[in-house]
Amino acid sequence: MGWVSRRRVLPALPALTLAVLLVPLGAGLIGTLGPAFGWMPGLAGAQPGLDAFRALLAWPGLPRAVTLSLSTGLAATALSLAIVALVTAAWGGTRVFAALRRLLSPLLSVPHAAAAFGLAFLIAPSGWLMRLASAWATGLERPPDVLIVQDPLGLTLIAGLVVKEVPFLLLMTIAALGQADATRAQTVAQTLGYGRTTGWLKAVFPRVYAQIRLPVYVVLAFSMTVVDVAIILGPNTPPTLSVQILRWMTDPDLSLRLQAAAGAVLQLALVLAALALWRLVEIATARLGRAWVLRGARARLGEPALRGLSVLPAGAAAATVLLGIAILALWSVAGLWSFPKALPDQLSLRSWMRHGPELAEIAARTVTIAGLATLASLILALGCLEAEHRDGLTLRRTGLWLLYLPLLIPQVAFLPGVQTAMLLLGLDGGLFAVTAAHVIFVFPYVFLSLGDPFRAWDTRYATIACTLGARANRVLWRVRLPMLLAPVLTASAVGVAVSVGQYLPTLLVGGGRVPTLTTEAVALASGGDRRAIGVFALAQTAAALVPFALALILPRLLYRNRRGLLHD
Amino acid sequence: MTRLATLGLAALLPLAATAQTDPADWDAVLEAADGQTVYWNAWGGSTTTNAFIAWVGDRVAEEYGVTLEHVKLSETADAVSRVLSEKAAGEDDDGAIDLIWINGKNFAAMKENDLLFGPFAESLPNWALVDQTKPVSVDFTIPTDGYESPWAAAQVVFMYDTADLAEPLPDMAAILDWAQANPGRFTYPQPPDFLGSTFLKQALYGVIDNPDVLLEPVNDADYDAVTAPLWDYIDALTPHLWREGRAYPQTGPRQIQLMADDEIDLAISFSPGEASTAIANFQLPDTVRTFVPEGGSIGNASFVAIPYNSGSKEGAMVVADFLLSPEAQARALDPQNLGYGTVLNVSALPAEERALFENIDLGIATLGPDELGPALPEPHPSWMARIEEDWVARYGVAAD
Amino acid sequence: MTDALRLEDLRVSLRNETLFALDLEVMPGHVTSIMGPSGTGKSTLLAAIIGTLRPPFEMSGRVCLGQTDLTPLPPEARGIGILYQDDLLFPHLSVAENLAFGLSPRLRGRAARRAAVDAALARIDMAGFGDRDPATLSGGQKLRVSLMRALLSEPRALLLDEPFSSLDVALRQLMRALVFDQARDRGLPVLMVTHDPEDAEAAGGPVVTLGG
Repeated sequence: MGWVSRRRVLPALPALTLAVLLVPLGAGLIGTLGPAFGWMPGLAGAQPGLDAFRALLAWPGLPRAVTLSLSTGLAATALSLAIVALVTAAWGGTRVFAALRRLLSPLLSVPHAAAAFGLAFLIAPSGWLMRLASAWATGLERPPDVLIVQDPLGLTLIAGLVVKEVPFLLLMTIAALGQADATRAQTVAQTLGYGRTTGWLKAVFPRVYAQIRLPVYVVLAFSMTVVDVAIILGPNTPPTLSVQILRWMTDPDLSLRLQAAAGAVLQLALVLAALALWRLVEIATARLGRAWVLRGARARLGEPALRGLSVLPAGAAAATVLLGIAILALWSVAGLWSFPKALPDQLSLRSWMRHGPELAEIAARTVTIAGLATLASLILALGCLEAEHRDGLTLRRTGLWLLYLPLLIPQVAFLPGVQTAMLLLGLDGGLFAVTAAHVIFVFPYVFLSLGDPFRAWDTRYATIACTLGARANRVLWRVRLPMLLAPVLTASAVGVAVSVGQYLPTLLVGGGRVPTLTTEAVALASGGDRRAIGVFALAQTAAALVPFALALILPRLLYRNRRGLLHD
Repeated sequence: MTRLATLGLAALLPLAATAQTDPADWDAVLEAADGQTVYWNAWGGSTTTNAFIAWVGDRVAEEYGVTLEHVKLSETADAVSRVLSEKAAGEDDDGAIDLIWINGKNFAAMKENDLLFGPFAESLPNWALVDQTKPVSVDFTIPTDGYESPWAAAQVVFMYDTADLAEPLPDMAAILDWAQANPGRFTYPQPPDFLGSTFLKQALYGVIDNPDVLLEPVNDADYDAVTAPLWDYIDALTPHLWREGRAYPQTGPRQIQLMADDEIDLAISFSPGEASTAIANFQLPDTVRTFVPEGGSIGNASFVAIPYNSGSKEGAMVVADFLLSPEAQARALDPQNLGYGTVLNVSALPAEERALFENIDLGIATLGPDELGPALPEPHPSWMARIEEDWVARYGVAAD
Repeated sequence: MTDALRLEDLRVSLRNETLFALDLEVMPGHVTSIMGPSGTGKSTLLAAIIGTLRPPFEMSGRVCLGQTDLTPLPPEARGIGILYQDDLLFPHLSVAENLAFGLSPRLRGRAARRAAVDAALARIDMAGFGDRDPATLSGGQKLRVSLMRALLSEPRALLLDEPFSSLDVALRQLMRALVFDQARDRGLPVLMVTHDPEDAEAAGGPVVTLGG
């Protein structure tokens, strides 16, 4: 009986999941294309046609904004990938690497906005590093008038993106290493006389890259279109295209809404073009790489220097985020703290007490949304993976691409359309709608995070359990999930962190009625009250980090007497 | 698609923006308001404003049984686009927004697109206490016609740090001279930020001979001639701005943070009490003072408006009325709380309520009413639109 | 009484190419060994018998226990136990819980089940090991526990997938004796896949060679 109904529900799950992700995406894109071509009911003076694109092209900042979007996105992605590849090549499998991994993995969950604030508080001319320098070296009494944060080339924006994308790509690479049989390949290369780094780059990297290609594309699409980080760290004269789109979208002159939609379409096209360009560079690099491999050069001379250098940027990324959070914490308890003092004149809990009651309520809502969105994503992901296991229904090929679509398509390109669509369906506002919107972005990460450990699980355990008389559900609940407790909890923590960090979906779908830590922090950002920003950014970070801590600690507590499950 | 089209058509039909209850029948309004929840969309970038709105929420809950929820916006225009999407989707009865802190361009846009409920403002009982000599019936030269209710008066002042700049600067020319002598120590929020645009208008008032032309809609014929002195002024000023004008603070409070970090010594503010409040909150050093240029500075009022599709119009009116009460106005005036100017005619209040105002310590950096000088009217919004557009083209996309 | 395990014209193919075809009968209490170089489908054969064979593999023919045709049944209903080269004890359960997982649900009551587990531990000379973490056991102990776990589920046939190849030589003989004795005592038909001729020799039954 139960067996029959299960067979009906489970095989339908992969299709249902894709619908959950892609229907809003499609509706949202239509909702953006419409206004871009002049279709917007309720707006006086909107006429079908290309007026919006003409207005967009007439904006004098367009060339620069487009260039910025491309240059910051491509540079941040290339830098992050290079740092990750080099540090993995030079240090993979060593204790230093393990330490770096342990340091970087919690940083993955630090919300982008919080990391950006931390970076700004560190490197601004009146930031903490300059204060330290004043105290001991420069003796400056006032901050130098130099343009660091929000520089016109977007260098700080690139740095802010790199410190957050390096942990992401590194963890993706580590996951891929297992499948690429990296350790043995590197050893074989070394026995053939190749240096550690060269050997890894030649023998392992191509296979690893094939595995992390989609995450790299996600990083590229994200870096090109990010809004909150670009507002905090990016230039303003003009800003990146996505920030300018948001400005038009929120301009009191309603006709700019059409121009914003046209900009969103352009942004989408830019992302696709950048992805195509990246793909071409991939192909070219592969050719050059093959020639490099064929030459057989062993090139061991530069190895020690390369090893030393490679660990610096990765370490700096970790240090920046950690130090930034520490400075956020310090600002949240600072009384008067004027330049050039390296520490506040007095410490005070006033900011926390002032925001305390409001903070508690908002944090509770944030955690509720994150918990529900993660639970829903977890159920869908486990259902898909279990369907894959039981019925061979796999999301692997085209499905995997579809899964990545919500991460590859710029949020500014489809969320306004989602908002309109939800209104039309009467699903507007409220916790439920926001949670549903979060699932679109949470699910891919949960699924990807869960997929590898789930598939790597030795299915002979399932066979054994079956031959012992256990049905598929009993195998799932009593054997597979308990054994995979650690990855399930980690995937949940990833899900919570992703949900906590969502800004645009919360704001647009919730109609502003569902404030979370992130929307509050970004709203405060426009006010520049560093103490309040410190309080909210810290709370935001905690909401994302605590689940990670639990995901680490809980399996160790529950399985403290089960050595077989504690090997990592 | 069919459904979309139908709803689209419905949204184009003229809408009767009537309240469930007649604003003139205040007892009926109070009765209907009891138990309503009012979502007040107001800029959430200032912690002091947030605290004030929370206090208003406590008070209207006690007094009238109205639950007030502050929806914190980073841009007031978010609320405008929200109401517009609702109208597009045919949500005409119970929109997400019941009350908006609004003025200027946003008000003009909503009024023009029939997105507002009213008239209601002049039916509020506390309207009788309002000082009609303040700019409470005209918002950026647009008549309010009762579609928005004032709650705070504002006037441009300049904040300066006496630790670095000893004396007030008398006029725009003096500001330019000082900036040239002290490069990198002055900036203004990046237009089209409201405060940054206000700086441009204030500068315009300071450099043109006949300001009356600004009260009429912009005239293509003499726009260039009228604004030429302004662009000369800004061209001369820009290379001496903070970061040489290659970056600007995005909002007023960001500018205050720059002052606190001693990156700049001079900043514009649209609230005479803002400096004192910031000093009280550790956000500025206590050496900051304020001045107004000779000849006066731009003044305006902050308003609240009610979207046509609010489901809690009565509750929203009760909140708007409470904001005009001497209790709320005095609290807002106190720099310990907000430091916002009152829109009431204080001298006409009964002694007991007048005492609420007279007992307030305005703070060390706040000018008295007699020191503030005349309030100049806001130019017609069409001027602002052109000037902002021009500024963006000249300075806003020109980084190198 | 137990029945013979019969593979009737069992044919497994991959993309229309036959990997192997078998027709054999394993009598109760006897061990049949399947030998052959790697890649000839020994593990595929076991999957076909257990019922876990997946596309793209296809099978025809029947797997029977006595007169019962097992082919349409899901793995958990076939009553065939299996031992792998690795112990595959569930790492999140204690030794006793592993055994209890295998214990037939027909035995009811906490105390009775606990007693059955204790008795089973005693039979493999591991009394008192019930609360241990399986990861702390020696290789021989692990194999004994997984054998006992399989037997507690009251299978009607037993499959062995190179069960001794990970043990050292001395232990291997002991374990062969233990497994074959237990199976013989219960009259179970045993099918063993191995590439070690000594395994086949110790089993003493017929040897079938796959492939080659």
